[in-house]
Amino acid sequence: MVIKTEPFVLNIGPAHPSTHGVFRMRTTLDGEVVVDLQPVFGYLHRGIEKLAEERTYTQNIPFTDRLDYLASMSNNLAYVMAVEKLASIPVPERAEYLRVIMAELQRLASHLIAVGSFLNDCGAFMTPILYMIREREKILDLFEMVSGQRLTYNYMRIGGVSQDIPQEFLPALHKFVEEMPGFIDEYDQLLAENEILLARSKGVGILPREQAINISASGPVLRASGVKWDIRKADPYSVYDRLEFEIPTGSVGDCYDRYRVRVEEMRQSVRIIKQATEQLPSGEVRSPVPQRLHPPVGEVYGHIEAPKGELGFYLVSDNSIAPYRFHTRAPSLMNLTALRDMIVGWKLADLIIIFGSIDICMGEVDR
Amino acid sequence: MTTTLSGREVSSKLGKEFLGSVVESTENSILVKSESLLPVASFLKTAPEFAFDYLTFVTAVDYNDYFEVVYHLTSLEHNCSLVLKTRCYERENPVLPSVVGLWRGADFQEREVYDLFGIKFEGHPNLKRIVLWEGFKGYPLRKDYIQW
Repeated sequence: MVIKTEPFVLNIGPAHPSTHGVFRMRTTLDGEVVVDLQPVFGYLHRGIEKLAEERTYTQNIPFTDRLDYLASMSNNLAYVMAVEKLASIPVPERAEYLRVIMAELQRLASHLIAVGSFLNDCGAFMTPILYMIREREKILDLFEMVSGQRLTYNYMRIGGVSQDIPQEFLPALHKFVEEMPGFIDEYDQLLAENEILLARSKGVGILPREQAINISASGPVLRASGVKWDIRKADPYSVYDRLEFEIPTGSVGDCYDRYRVRVEEMRQSVRIIKQATEQLPSGEVRSPVPQRLHPPVGEVYGHIEAPKGELGFYLVSDNSIAPYRFHTRAPSLMNLTALRDMIVGWKLADLIIIFGSIDICMGEVDR
Repeated sequence: MTTTLSGREVSSKLGKEFLGSVVESTENSILVKSESLLPVASFLKTAPEFAFDYLTFVTAVDYNDYFEVVYHLTSLEHNCSLVLKTRCYERENPVLPSVVGLWRGADFQEREVYDLFGIKFEGHPNLKRIVLWEGFKGYPLRKDYIQW
């Protein structure tokens, strides 16, 4: 008797705990092996690029909070930097340092969630992520002190930041910076040599170097594939050129490397925050900017190294008070291009891990 | 520091075979005819002195008379960037060549431009709407779009 088999189409998502948002993977399976995959998204599309064309440059800052909502500070920073470049607005030195401190705290917070939910996907359900949420909570407390918000901060302003840090901020930050390396060691102790993590992520979902470049991957995904490319070093902005830090890279570009790169980046972020607090000058935190700002006709692309990769804003000005075109270069969207290549040939159980190791945020993918 | 290459300088280095393909070159960008987009892009990617191996982003802008598609290229090797542009004067059925064959990173972005501006990319392997649903009327990022 001949048994007939045929490929089986399985939809994973849109609402599934491991899709980290509303995201659907239309997979074609041959038994347990994934033979094809089509990412389907747009469920969270709010038309931010269109909405931004009808609002002033300042009014658009809160929109950027809602792109990558796990890294609102970084999104604020990328946007205001693009506008400052467009309108040639100077930024006081103290504000630059505050921005760097906030951006690095944000990187820590975002990587904690990324690593935690990656381990969740690996099957270490809830325990590691709760350790990491414990530390993220402290970062959110710090952000609450400066902005009054815990998720959508709206802290950066064109020409600086919205307000100076309160008195209790620096002691709390100091305490956090002292404690954090110990916590990262604790994660490493629990996880770095963990048999389950190694068995499930080492050699899984390899993204070769050439391919990573060709698909425009950025951030930890690109660096895990062995490309030493970090906007903070390659095209230094703000005061990053005055701070010392390393760029951690991976060697093979598998899920384990992406995990390692994130953990190492956390250590570097702590190092940056430490230096930035030591160098923090006193003075103004915001330079005067006209309320109805209309930058000269032109276009600009401003980019930063956000936790998930290269985040940029492409703005076109027609000398009116609203941008003529507002485009976001979302790192999560580009990193998703690699998804199919990484997953095809692996088993369904690996799909969840490979997808989790990219670390995407749907707010940014769909916009 | 990433050096932003001057469009004038790059177009002067393009050589004889690209004679007439550059429409305009300014300090910040280089504008090519849509039919020469692929040869120029492929030259910029493969020529060792440029080696633009990384496509930072692709997007479009609607200037009412024409669509301008912007390609932001980066060379990881030389740490320099260049803005490559092309225009499409057709509004009813705008068509441009796809660069997915050169940079796979353009895959989702060209689909997005198709979705929101209605520009078709010839040679794209899977040109479907990406953030809006099939059957959506109109292209929202066009300046003349009226919400239904």
